[in-house]
Amino acid sequence: MDFGNLFGSPENFLSYTMGGLVFGAIYALIALGYTMVYGVLQLINFAHSEVFMYGTFAVAWVFILLHGTGSATWDLGEAVPVLLVALLAACALSAGVALLIERVAYRPLLNKNAPKLIALISAIGASFALAEAMGLRDRFAEVFRLDDNLADYVAPGKARDVFTNPVTIREHDLFTIGGYSLSDIDLVIIVSALLMMVALDQFVRRTRFGRGIRAVAQDPESAALMGVNPTRVVQVTFVIGGLMAGVAATLYMMKVGVTRQNAGFILGVKAFTAAVMGGIGNLRGALLGGLILGVMENWGSAVFGQSWKDVVAFVLLVLILLVRPSGLLGEALGKARA
Amino acid sequence: MNPISNALRPVGQAWDSVMARYSRQPVVVKVLILFVIALFFYALPLLRPPLITTNEIDFGGVMFQVAAFALVALGLNIVIGYAGLLDLGYVGFYATGAYTTGVLTSQHGSWPFFLALPVAIAVTMVTGVILGAPTLRVRGDYLAIVTLGFGEIIRICVKNIEWLGASAGIKDIPHPNTIGPKATPPFDPGGLFEIPRVEWDGLIPHLDKDHPVYFLVFGATNAIPYYWLILTALLLVLLGDRLVKNSRVGRAWEATREDEDAAELMGVPTFKFKLMAFALGAAIGGLSGSFYASGQGGYISPDSFPLLLSMLFVAAVIVGGSGNRWGAIAGGALVAYLPERFREFADYRLLFFGVALTVLAVWRPEGLLPPRRTRRAKAAAAEIEALEEGELDEELEETRNV
Repeated sequence: MDFGNLFGSPENFLSYTMGGLVFGAIYALIALGYTMVYGVLQLINFAHSEVFMYGTFAVAWVFILLHGTGSATWDLGEAVPVLLVALLAACALSAGVALLIERVAYRPLLNKNAPKLIALISAIGASFALAEAMGLRDRFAEVFRLDDNLADYVAPGKARDVFTNPVTIREHDLFTIGGYSLSDIDLVIIVSALLMMVALDQFVRRTRFGRGIRAVAQDPESAALMGVNPTRVVQVTFVIGGLMAGVAATLYMMKVGVTRQNAGFILGVKAFTAAVMGGIGNLRGALLGGLILGVMENWGSAVFGQSWKDVVAFVLLVLILLVRPSGLLGEALGKARA
Repeated sequence: MNPISNALRPVGQAWDSVMARYSRQPVVVKVLILFVIALFFYALPLLRPPLITTNEIDFGGVMFQVAAFALVALGLNIVIGYAGLLDLGYVGFYATGAYTTGVLTSQHGSWPFFLALPVAIAVTMVTGVILGAPTLRVRGDYLAIVTLGFGEIIRICVKNIEWLGASAGIKDIPHPNTIGPKATPPFDPGGLFEIPRVEWDGLIPHLDKDHPVYFLVFGATNAIPYYWLILTALLLVLLGDRLVKNSRVGRAWEATREDEDAAELMGVPTFKFKLMAFALGAAIGGLSGSFYASGQGGYISPDSFPLLLSMLFVAAVIVGGSGNRWGAIAGGALVAYLPERFREFADYRLLFFGVALTVLAVWRPEGLLPPRRTRRAKAAAAEIEALEEGELDEELEETRNV
């Protein structure tokens, strides 16, 4: 244990905290997908991690499409137009994948009124299939005889390795507090994650459709009797989760820059942990859980060493659940007041 | 979907009638039938029936894995199927059993396998109680993520603790003791006697005496003795499972699963029974892990126990039919067997596996072999519905007549 590393200087403390907040914001955005689906269906959408993973690939593909494969380093200002296109692409692909999951793995089971656990299995199956499909994209390109045209995008023979965004976005320091400098990328990530959160929160609380979502979350049958179409609400819920995952994917690629076909798995587990920590089904809880998880695991890795990072995250989860068995803000989506 | 289900209905009916005839037999005949079936499974890796046999990879090894998965699924079935606790970190117990065996027999001691086995089971059981005592107060889906966390904690701890071999793992875990004369290479393969295997030429079987199994040599060359060992364990656990399920404990689990509050009101100490299910399930996981550690390879590392394996275990239980021990075994066997059988598809096999999992789940939401209770409830519901509709029709008729 090395508390000196964390608390020795304000610079260290701030940089660990901010680093945690950046990843916490990304966790929180992914956690929204889990929390929305759970709030409405009381089901864990295990395939949501793949929704995020497809988004990261969409970002890299857009950069390859608009820039080419030669590696380059851009400033944030230069990259903004491409990033916006990438954001749109990532959101579109992620939402599409989320819709596909809803259609294939969830709706048939919901129609049959199947036991809850089996939906978990169909989602695990879908998650496997989606991750593998991404890992085999070079083979699919070969089957359709597109491997020459798409070589840059499918990385023939290396589809299972890490896939790098050719453009690295350079971080610039904006200002310095106590020896720690806040970079522009970190600021953008935290601010845009917060903005998305507020937007979604307001959407669920204030709009007509948001009321429909809350109604279905409270009581699907009564909601249906009152003229809300539950199937449509479920679809929209998945799409919203997909959109948030798309934003998270863009922010993640800005910061990290590499992805691979199993990149979603561990991030998904962390995001799910964050959702549970804050109280699953609760939008504000997802934000709080994500930020706390990000910060605490970063502090933990500073104190105990990098390799214990995930242990800190999970121990924290267990401790919180022992004290507050339904999460920090444990409150269901349906109970959110307008 | 419907045409397929309809086409399969006669198969299901035929199966039901077979089961009905079986249940009418006297106990002696029942035991005899079960004995023959068990014998068939013991002989399976020697019979090597075509279509079932894996071509790309040693069939005995595959059968060992299938049996190990079935054993794990049987243990997890107690937790998920009987007590209704969703455990997504079961691989942690599997790892605990494997590592206890590894530490005792190779890393920090040289115990014989059969001495280490009960210790491994005990250690895993205690781990189950330690992890279960605080977490089982959490309900439902929260329990799922907490157990998932514990599974991951165990793996990362093992990976970071030098005393447990860290990421290099534990090598040279000794095999179980050979029964009969020891092998003295290069000439004497050891064992009491040899058993030939069957080779198939198309559909014509003939004996293949060049690849015998030496009874009972646990070596590095042949996986079949390990399969026999784990199959024996599986049968014993199956027997114990039956006894426990039909006892007061089994009924308490069922009551807890169906409605925890009602069970508590009826005087069932639900927490105690949940903890018991958790510990028993953990012990069986540890047993399976222990066999895995001292298996043919004799090597374990933290990477042998990824989180994904937990998901596969849960998938095995639920696809097979959560709450039915035969369903769990079938599910475990299927989940282990399918990816090995379709090795020809090499890279595509996990993709197909994922698709198959989804299709199976959507096609049979109650699992392949749902527990009898579920089927009875379904039949009763259908009957009531038919009755109600019939009555309604009659009432309509009457009103019309009036």
